[in-house]
Order: sequence, then structure tokens, then C-alpha cells
Amino acid sequence: MLKAEHLTYIYGAGTPFERRALDDISFSVQAGEIAGLIGHTGSGKSTLAQHLNALLKPLSGRVLLDGTDIWDKKDARNARFQVGLVFQYPEYQLFEETVYKDIAFGVKNKGVDEADGKRRQPTESELDISVYSAMDFVHLPRELADKSPFELSGGQKRRAAIAGVIAMMPKVLILDEPTAGLDPQGRREILGHIKAYRDATGASVVLISHSMDEVARLADSITVLSEGKTAMSGTPRAVFGRADELEALHLSVPAFTKVFRLLREMGVDIDDGCYTAEAAEAELLRVKSAVSRGAGEETC
Amino acid sequence: MLKDITLGQFFPGNSPLHRMDPRFKIVLVMVYIVVLFVAKGIYAYALIAAFNALAMALSRIRVRLLLRGLRPMLFIVLFTAILNMIYVSGEHVLVSFWVITITWEGVYAAAYMVARIVLLISATLLLTYTTSPIMLTDAIERLLGPLKKIRVPVHEFAMMMTIALRFIPTLIEETDKIMSAQKARGADFESGNIFRRAKALVPLLIPLFVSAFRRADELALAMECRCYHGGEGRTRMRVLHAARIDFLALAVCAVWFGGVITLGILL
Amino acid sequence: MSGAEAKTPLIRFENVSYSYGDGPDAAPALDGVNLEIHAGEFIAVLGHNGCGKSTLAKLCNAVLTPSQGTVTVGGLSTADENSLLEIRRTVGMVFQNPDNQIVAAVVEEDVAFALENLGVKPEEIRERVDRALEAVNMSEYKLHAPHRLSGGQKQRISIAGILAMRPACIVLDEPTAMLDPRGRREVMETVHALNRETGMTVILITHHMNEAQAADRVLVMNRGKILLDDTPRRVFAEYDLLEKHALSVPQTVQLTHYAGLAPALDVRECAQTLYKWLMGEQPC
Repeated sequence: MLKAEHLTYIYGAGTPFERRALDDISFSVQAGEIAGLIGHTGSGKSTLAQHLNALLKPLSGRVLLDGTDIWDKKDARNARFQVGLVFQYPEYQLFEETVYKDIAFGVKNKGVDEADGKRRQPTESELDISVYSAMDFVHLPRELADKSPFELSGGQKRRAAIAGVIAMMPKVLILDEPTAGLDPQGRREILGHIKAYRDATGASVVLISHSMDEVARLADSITVLSEGKTAMSGTPRAVFGRADELEALHLSVPAFTKVFRLLREMGVDIDDGCYTAEAAEAELLRVKSAVSRGAGEETC
Repeated sequence: MLKDITLGQFFPGNSPLHRMDPRFKIVLVMVYIVVLFVAKGIYAYALIAAFNALAMALSRIRVRLLLRGLRPMLFIVLFTAILNMIYVSGEHVLVSFWVITITWEGVYAAAYMVARIVLLISATLLLTYTTSPIMLTDAIERLLGPLKKIRVPVHEFAMMMTIALRFIPTLIEETDKIMSAQKARGADFESGNIFRRAKALVPLLIPLFVSAFRRADELALAMECRCYHGGEGRTRMRVLHAARIDFLALAVCAVWFGGVITLGILL
Repeated sequence: MSGAEAKTPLIRFENVSYSYGDGPDAAPALDGVNLEIHAGEFIAVLGHNGCGKSTLAKLCNAVLTPSQGTVTVGGLSTADENSLLEIRRTVGMVFQNPDNQIVAAVVEEDVAFALENLGVKPEEIRERVDRALEAVNMSEYKLHAPHRLSGGQKQRISIAGILAMRPACIVLDEPTAMLDPRGRREVMETVHALNRETGMTVILITHHMNEAQAADRVLVMNRGKILLDDTPRRVFAEYDLLEKHALSVPQTVQLTHYAGLAPALDVRECAQTLYKWLMGEQPC
């Protein structure tokens, strides 16, 4: 679906602040997959995201969308509609008079492709469909559509901003720290909306975060970046299996993993690849029953 | 990238000029400007130029940097020079064609004007190159201190300067971020005529203003929590001490400028 | 502790209510709260957005004054305009956004800001600024520009700016919400060290359950009222109540709960209790 090959990017080349943000990074996401992109601040994850939707042009390497280089066509801007990017704290980008207009901004810019290859403005009813279905995805009540975005609560603003990207119906949805600064309930809701979008449209999702717990629950694959390089990549199980390395990269490892790891060290035969609450509970109870069965046989 | 813009023209260093009390520097530059405008005659100007060269040498700032600072003013310098040449009338005609007559007097006047502007700008550049914006603000606040008595809001002005210096880089970064975010939704800041481009700035300016107000609100609260209550009874950590070298510099300059003025009168 | 003096609370809330807006039907952000905070305590305040925890924090140092009831700091009422400065230098406050609370363009100048406001003598400011920067381990950055620092470093500068006032109590309103795990750890280590080494009273407002685990006392707030107020162990033992209010509990507590055990507060303790439970003698 979306594939980045050997990307390299340097900020402020030639100035005293020169910094190699990306160093030969390759990354890909399959159709319908949720890919986690993890790293601490400055690891290059936001820079990579901006490459994936053609906001930054790589110094070397290329980004392929459905097999074609996004910089090949005259119109790299077109790639931005196919690969939607939700920035960090997106609520600070709202600007229109009404929530409806703000969500419609991207849709209008995108336009509608006609059969003859020309592009035209969407009609009112087309706009309505895009905007309202985006609002439904993020559970933003439709009666808020005519309100000023600045009257919404913090969480609603965040959801309106995400809707503004979802409304463009991107094939790949990239979200940079979509839950930053929210309380646990708000975090769960946003992640639920993102998953719902994937399930309904079959789009790919790239979830950028520094919170392992969060990504673990949703992602099918995880890539860990550090200092502009790929430090690890694989399934969540495989990545969490390398807890020590993750901690060395200043990333937090779920407490489940840490506790089970200690238990293993104590000699308990427990699977320390568990990283979600459900899996941890099931594994704990499995081990308990296994142990007591074993103990039962011995003593009785 | 907007982020790459460096603000202010301060070049950190440890030259005698860097270490000089900023209050003295400001006062000296002001006196220098006055002297520059009362100075008459080629010798007076030579003396000023020599003074300028000495200061430059003391600052240890490369001449190339100073020239670069002068470059934006090139147009104004040339423009005034040409105006002077054309409009100053005199007896000694150099060339004359069509309705334009250029006289020797005009050329002299133009040369003086150019010298004056270049000397003026290079001295002020030297001040900003060797004094950090914070020091400048500090010095201005203290120099204007007496005006507080007649209710000029000197402290408030200085505080505003300080906060502006602190937040300009933050806001530039933010502009960059909002711009990228709107581009990700297909905003086009680069193409179209002026009218369209101006219109395209709306999605940038509104969030920027909203955010600036929010920041101002939060900052005000944080300042209050740190006991800010205006300039009354306020002290400063950094005390500006005028050292012996500052007074020495002042004395040297006094003699020098005196010399310039005397030259102007005598010759 | 004995004697009346030791028992005088540093901060006392007496039947405090607070409403934003004036209308009679404006829902109170804080509703009849009674609370005593003693010197040296480390208190974590948990709850959803809008539960009143930020309001509680702002009432502690007279940024807000109660609509009803009284808040006293060291015996002074926050409603009394004349004690404003005294209260604010006693209870310092650090906010969520590290960018919006740094005033000056140089680190050390920012740390000096409060002291300059209080009219402290220059030599003393110098000394206190240096000490405060040492306490947050940021001395080497004292001449840096704040906008070039990381989020965790900026928050530590903000803490230093408060420490320089030598307050008795520091209130932190979600100080780690905008930080990455590294920044979060830097800030939490700094705050714990302050509490441990200087006996500074800490009130930490947070969403992160694991930050509450190491506190002496946890307050859980809901709709402007205090739902629970106890040691972390006892608060997290109320698993079902927390669950009912959709408040997540730390993962170690989840694990011990699955096993039907009392809550464990850190990873090692959790592993040990679970080990005993797993290996424990089983009745036939």
C-alpha cells in the first residue's frame, strides 16, 4: 500500500544546527493494517510521517503509494489527500467559522475526480455526506456542525480536527500522537474511532506514539525508531519480547510485561509476551490452574 | 523552512566590546550619531571613520559580517547618492546632458551622504552584533528608568520586549507546524495570484492568533503564580556594573568626539 | 508527631465550593470539599477531565478564591488580598504546558523571575537560582535559550523557577501530560527527590495512574467531590468503584486483582505476591 524506501533527511543542512533526522529508513504498511511507529521525541517519527504524505521531499530514497513514487507525478499535493496526516495537537489548527466548514476544508481542496480525469468541486450533497460521515466516525454529534469550533470542549476539538482528515477518506491515515494530553477515557475513545475507521473503510493506519501500551493494543506491526534509524520492527509480541532494549531507548514497557518477565526469572513458566490486559489475565489464570493441577497431582 | 531563521543579529563573543556595559554602548552610539551629523569636513569624517575602524577591531567581528549587514541598505545608499548628485546645484559643472546637470558640489554632497549613512549603520550594527537582545532590553529599561517618575511605563515596555524575545522562536515554530498541517489538508500557500495567496493565509493566521492568545493567558497565570505584580519593588538578578574600562572608554570617546567637533569648527 | 503545631495543616479546605460563571444553575466545579494537607506529604490527585482537580489546584494558591467556604494556607485565608504574595510564595504552581510558563529568553533569568518580583537582593537571587538549578539538575543549561530544550528539561526549569521561591508546597497540574516517557521520568524523579530530600509538600495532579502509585496519599475526584482519600494501597483496593467511574488502575494492580489479591504498588512487589499466590499451598 504505502512504502518508504531508504529515506534520508537532514534538517538545517549546512548550518550549525544540522541534524540527520532520518538515516536510511524503510517502512511499509499494508492495506487494512494498523502499523505502530514508536520512538521518543527527536527519534525521527514525525519527520517520517511528513515524508509519507509528501510534506517533505526526501534527500534520498523514495515513497511509493500503490507502487508509484509520490514525487513522480506533477502533483505531489495529490498524495496528501490519499495519505491523510493528523498532526500532534490537531485542535490548534481549527480555523473556520463552523465545525462543518472546518471539516469540509480538506474535502473541498481535494475535489472530486471525474471520469475524464478532470477534477471538480464537490457538490453540496457530496460535501454533506463526507462531513457528516466523518463526524459519525469520531462520534461528534451532528448538531455541533453549525457551532464555532472554538466553542467545543478540548476533546471535541480534537475529534473535529481528526474528522477534518477522515473526511477526505484517505487510503492511509497517519496520526501523530492522537491521544496526547487526553485523560484515559478520552484516549480509549479516540483509539476506538480510529479502529472503527479502519474496520469500515479498509484503510491502512499508521499510529505514531511514544506510549507502548497504547500502540500495543491496536497495532498489527510495530516499528521502533531511534536517532533516525529503525531500531526494531515486527509484530507487537516480537517487539515487546525485547523489553530491555526498549527500556534502553527510553521507551516505556507495559507493567504486565515487566511483572511476567520477573516471574519467569523466578522460575514460573509464564509467557512474558503478554502486553494487553485481557491476554495478561488469561495467561495468569492459565498458569495458576496449570500450577495447581501440577501441585494437586504431587500432594494428593 | 521558517525554523532556520536566526533571530536578532547578536554574535556571542568575549571581546572588549562584548564585555562593555550595554548602557554605555547605547549612550555612546547615540552621541556618535549626533556627532556624525554635526561633523563637517573631510578630516572630521576621517576621524570618525578611524574611530569606527578601531571599534570594529575591538569587537573582533569579521568585516565580512558587517558588510553583509550593510547589504540590505545598499539600495537606500545608492538612491540618496543619486538624488544628491542630481539635485544639489553648484557652480562647478562636471557633466551636463538633457535636463540633468551634475556638479562637483553634488558629487561631494553625495559622497558625504554615503559616508554618513555607512558610518551610521555600521556603528548601530556593531551595537547589536555585540550586545544580546536581553542585555539591550535591560540597558534600555535602566537608561529610561528616570522616566518612570513621569509615569512612562518603562518597566511594562521592557517586560513586553523580554516576553517577545522569548516567544518569537516558539511562534515561528508554531507557524511552521500549522502551515504543514493545513498543507496536509490540501491548503496551497504557494500558487495563485496575490489575492489568492493572501486568502490562503487565513487558515494560518486564525489558528496562530487563537494560539497566541491562549499562550498569553496561560503565561499571565504562570507569572501571577510567581508573584508578578508589576515593576513596583522589583529587583534584578543581573546588576549592570560600570567597570573602570567603561569609564575609560567613555573618556576616550569624549576626547575623540570633541576632536571631531573641533575639527569641524576650525576647518 | 505530637504537639498542636505539627498538626496544623499547611493547607486547609473548609466546605469549599467553586463555580465558573455566575448563573445559579452553573454546575459547581468543586462542591463542598473538606481537605487538610500537611507539611511533607506527597499527594496525588486523580480523576477525569472536568472532575474539579485543576480547580482544586488553583484554589490552593489563590489563583481562584472559593465561591463558598474558605481555603487557608499556613493560616492565611486565600480570600484576603493582602496575603496574596505570601500565599503564592508558600504554594508554588507548575502547569501542564512547558512552553507557556517560561517568561525569559535565558534559563537562569527565568528561574530568577519570581525572586525579582519579590524584591530579593541580587546576590541572594544569584545564589538561590544556582541552588534551584542544581536541585533539578539543570545547572549546565543555565545560559541556554528555553526554546531549544526538551519538554522534560523545560518542565524542570519551571520547577526550578518555583523552587527558587523556597515554597513550603509545590502544586503540579498535570506536569507530564505533554511529555514523552523520558521527560516524564525526569520530572517525576525530580519531584520525588524534592519531597524526600527537602521535605517539600507535593500536590501532583495527574492522569497517569503509575505516577500516583508512589505517593503517600491519593485523592480521587469525581464531579467536584472527593470520592476517595487514602493511601494508594487502600485507594487501589477499591477496584470496582474505580472501574465504575471508568478510572483505569495501574497494571500491577490489575494483575493482583485478577488473582484476587490486595493491590501491589510496584513491579517487584507485584511479581513477588503473584509468585507466592501461584506457588502457594493448595488445599486438596
